[in-house]
Amino acid sequence: MTDDELIWRIAGGSGDGIASTSQNFAKALMRSGLDVFTHRHYPSRIRGGHTYTEVRAAPEDVTSRGDGYDFLLALGDSFARNPQEEAYYGTEEIKPLSENLDDLREGGVIVYDSGLIDADEVPNFDQRVEENNWHVFPLDLRGLAREKGREVMRNTAGVGATCAIADIPVEAIEELMEDAMPEKILEPNLEILNEAYDAVLEDYDLSGVEVSCPDGEHEEEQVLVNGSEGIAYGAFDEGCRFIAGYPMTPWTEVFTIMSKVLPDVGGISEQVEDEIAAASLAIGAAHTGVKAMSGSSGGGFALMSEPLGLAEMSETPIVLLEAARAGPSTGMPTKPEQADLEHVLYTSQGDSNRVVFAPADPAEAYDHARRAFEIAYEYQIPTIILYDQKLSGEYRNVPASHFDREPNPDIGQTLTEEQIADAPHEPGGKFQRFRHDPEDGVSPRSVPGQKDGRFLASGNEHNEAGHISEDPDNRVAQVDRRTRKLETIREDLDGNGLNVTYGPEDADYGVLAFGSMVGTVEEAVDRLNDDDESVKALAVGELAPFPEEEVREFIESVDRVMVVEMNASAQFRGLTQKHLGEYGPKLSSLLKYNGNPFEPGEVVEGFHNTVADEEPTDHQTTFVPAGGD
Amino acid sequence: MSAFSAIGEEREIDQDEYTPGIEPQPTWCPGCGDFGVLKALKGALPEAGRTPDETLTVTGIGCSGKLNSYFNSYGFHTIHGRALPVARAAKLANPGLEVIAAGGDGDGYGIGGNHFMHTARENHDFTYIVFNNEIFGLTKGQTSPTSPKGHKSKTQPHGSAKEPVRPLSLSLTAGASFVARTAAVNPNQAKELIKEAIEHDGFAHIDFLTQCPTWNKDAKQYVPYIDVNENDDYDFDPTNREEAAEMMRETENALHEGKVLTGKYYVDEDRPSYQQEKQQIGEMPEEPLAERYFDDDYDWERSADMFIDDHK
Ligand SMILES: Cc1ncc(C[n+]2csc(CCOP(=O)(O)OP(=O)(O)O)c2C)c(N)n1
Ligand code: SF4
Ligand SMILES: [Mg+2]
Repeated sequence: MTDDELIWRIAGGSGDGIASTSQNFAKALMRSGLDVFTHRHYPSRIRGGHTYTEVRAAPEDVTSRGDGYDFLLALGDSFARNPQEEAYYGTEEIKPLSENLDDLREGGVIVYDSGLIDADEVPNFDQRVEENNWHVFPLDLRGLAREKGREVMRNTAGVGATCAIADIPVEAIEELMEDAMPEKILEPNLEILNEAYDAVLEDYDLSGVEVSCPDGEHEEEQVLVNGSEGIAYGAFDEGCRFIAGYPMTPWTEVFTIMSKVLPDVGGISEQVEDEIAAASLAIGAAHTGVKAMSGSSGGGFALMSEPLGLAEMSETPIVLLEAARAGPSTGMPTKPEQADLEHVLYTSQGDSNRVVFAPADPAEAYDHARRAFEIAYEYQIPTIILYDQKLSGEYRNVPASHFDREPNPDIGQTLTEEQIADAPHEPGGKFQRFRHDPEDGVSPRSVPGQKDGRFLASGNEHNEAGHISEDPDNRVAQVDRRTRKLETIREDLDGNGLNVTYGPEDADYGVLAFGSMVGTVEEAVDRLNDDDESVKALAVGELAPFPEEEVREFIESVDRVMVVEMNASAQFRGLTQKHLGEYGPKLSSLLKYNGNPFEPGEVVEGFHNTVADEEPTDHQTTFVPAGGD
Repeated sequence: MSAFSAIGEEREIDQDEYTPGIEPQPTWCPGCGDFGVLKALKGALPEAGRTPDETLTVTGIGCSGKLNSYFNSYGFHTIHGRALPVARAAKLANPGLEVIAAGGDGDGYGIGGNHFMHTARENHDFTYIVFNNEIFGLTKGQTSPTSPKGHKSKTQPHGSAKEPVRPLSLSLTAGASFVARTAAVNPNQAKELIKEAIEHDGFAHIDFLTQCPTWNKDAKQYVPYIDVNENDDYDFDPTNREEAAEMMRETENALHEGKVLTGKYYVDEDRPSYQQEKQQIGEMPEEPLAERYFDDDYDWERSADMFIDDHK
């Protein structure tokens, strides 16, 4: 058990309010001055099915879930399908208790709802409790909730008990409830919270319990934000006022947020018939001068493939999201994976002409979304934010000031009517929207409705006024210009801080990661250095155009590099080698694709394997050694 | 002040303004019905009072998709089957634009059929012209969704076993509030119907019979045609859904018996357009969204002011 942190896991059925309870709990701890991180686990079912969320809190930066956890609040699955019959599924009600024991650390705490769960049904429960020195608190949370309010309030009772055991001032929770709950349910909830709190203090001797919540203090005010919110707010602050989409987990989260907020500010949200339409609508809106986005997850993004190419060819600025999940096909809809990297980089026919960002945490999600819009509109190019199920629902505390930035509604090099009047037109009268000559590759555009700005946008190759053209010289000039944009973008992005190194600069070994694995790698790097290893990490936030120089420098500065990613085919290592082939022999891979993200301990272990060039591991990770000389 | 001075401009418009000053000349085959659409559209727009700079033509892929290549207005030549979703968003983003979507029968009733159904049901306020030549023209004569049953082509050597799509009936059922059929050989009717479609507030669908002499040789030139609104043999009320439905069915059947019926089949002036519906529920701004990005005085909302407090 680590002294200075608390990892609390609340487990129940899907539909039992686990998410909102854990979010409130995390927020209360954040307000008390701690850094927090949430990790959720849920099945692809609406009701029933076992789910949990972990809240990790510590005085210092928390960037990852931990290895194991300290405190289990098992609510019992109130939506269990077969409460009476054990037949096929076993007793589902008890799963929030029985299925969470493996990861509970020695000396950990178990609070379970004895109103729903019969611990006698959990195999070897008493024996395991004894062996692991767990502290067990069977409390009739459901009974208490029913007595004072409604049964669903048993989550509150569980939180009250948590406060008593882990030494968390109950006022912290009270304050939060007052902010979050409507009057009607506030009173009974407060009563239940305190009742449970008092009952534990009265009925139990807590002197042997070592699990407790640390103290912390923030230098400035914090907010609790998840990855989807980060992306949505970044888009909002860039003046995005149009979104089109079709629901698909986990992209739906951003779509939902935007659909809620846009109408209030005169924006437009469209739920449409499919993802081909969704991406096409974004193109139509952007073509007309509005800042627009769309997005989806794996399969839906596949449907956007052809419109994506249209945006590339017609140089229409749109931002697309790809919230990856485990594939292929429907795969595991609620499980994270980083196996859509190549899909996002290369889907759609022809030479790809796009920019791809991969934020690592909610704060970066905001930053990358802003950058994605800036680049898209400045350079008239589709940009994609690749993230995943892990980041989308992961809450972290971020300084409130992080969001205190000016809005940027700029739509890039779009001419006004006065400017159009002075701009070059072809002899037939059409505006030369796609000129060969701009040095940075960006040819200023007009938008429909502007006087004398007429041009043709086309997915066909076209000449300067947009007319379809298969003239070889024009073709080369247009391809070269569009390629030049990427070069300009590369220069523009260099040094803007979206690729982040972590750990001692002069370290001997390196770890490469992108997206939602970065926080986990950072924790692993800290642990390794605490153990006298010499390791640093590079988090790559720009996947296309690839930041060759930064990555090259990093690889050159160390003896060996382990590339950590959640997929089976080492796509990120492949991408790195595509650009920096000469370093192939220096790169090894640590892969995981069982549906659960890496724990930091697995990365630590993977690192030891790398250094020792050994393969064995008892985790579900795969180590792929470097190619050799 | 509007950033789009072309929108709503009141002036005399010459039909020739819609003809590109120089290249490109149409590359359609001699005798192709697509010329008829081009001509009718050039005639209709000035009469409807719309100028080239306030008009956006959005097309799919096919011989038909080349419409805006030979047309002097803003244009978006998109991808196969996707003209409608692009057009929808353009109209939502800037409702002042005159949006004309167009494409082939394969484009609109086949690969883009889902968009057709949804655009009709939503009743977006623009005109959609389907060049119906009952064939895949650009890809050299394969059977299309409107080719008659038994139609032989290189990809259906034994003749199509499928009943053709019923474009008019489909449109009505899906929710279009204006449905018409015309033919390239009937330029005056075509122009009038397009003009009416443009002026209609809601989704106006025109199934435009365009002969393809190159690949559909044995097929008709769509002559002689009969205008069901004029001809005394036909008596129905286009504002009556049931009567319209029956007339449409008869028309679709007749075509495959060699009888070309055309006209305005259905019009519902009362149904609010999608834009209106959306405004009604507060999901669409009164002021065109496109204007905002040119408005230096607009005070852009920030997440820091609107949402961040809830996260504290
Ligand atoms: C996704 C996709 N599939 C196939 C094609 C090839 N293609 C181009 S046009 C066309 C059909 C053209 O028929 P229609 O839409 O009726 O237009 P027409 O040429 O007859 O005017 C096809 C199949 C394509 N461009 N894109
Ligand atoms: S192939 Fe047919 S549809 Fe295409 S241009 Fe020639 S005649 Fe017209
Ligand atoms: Mg056709």
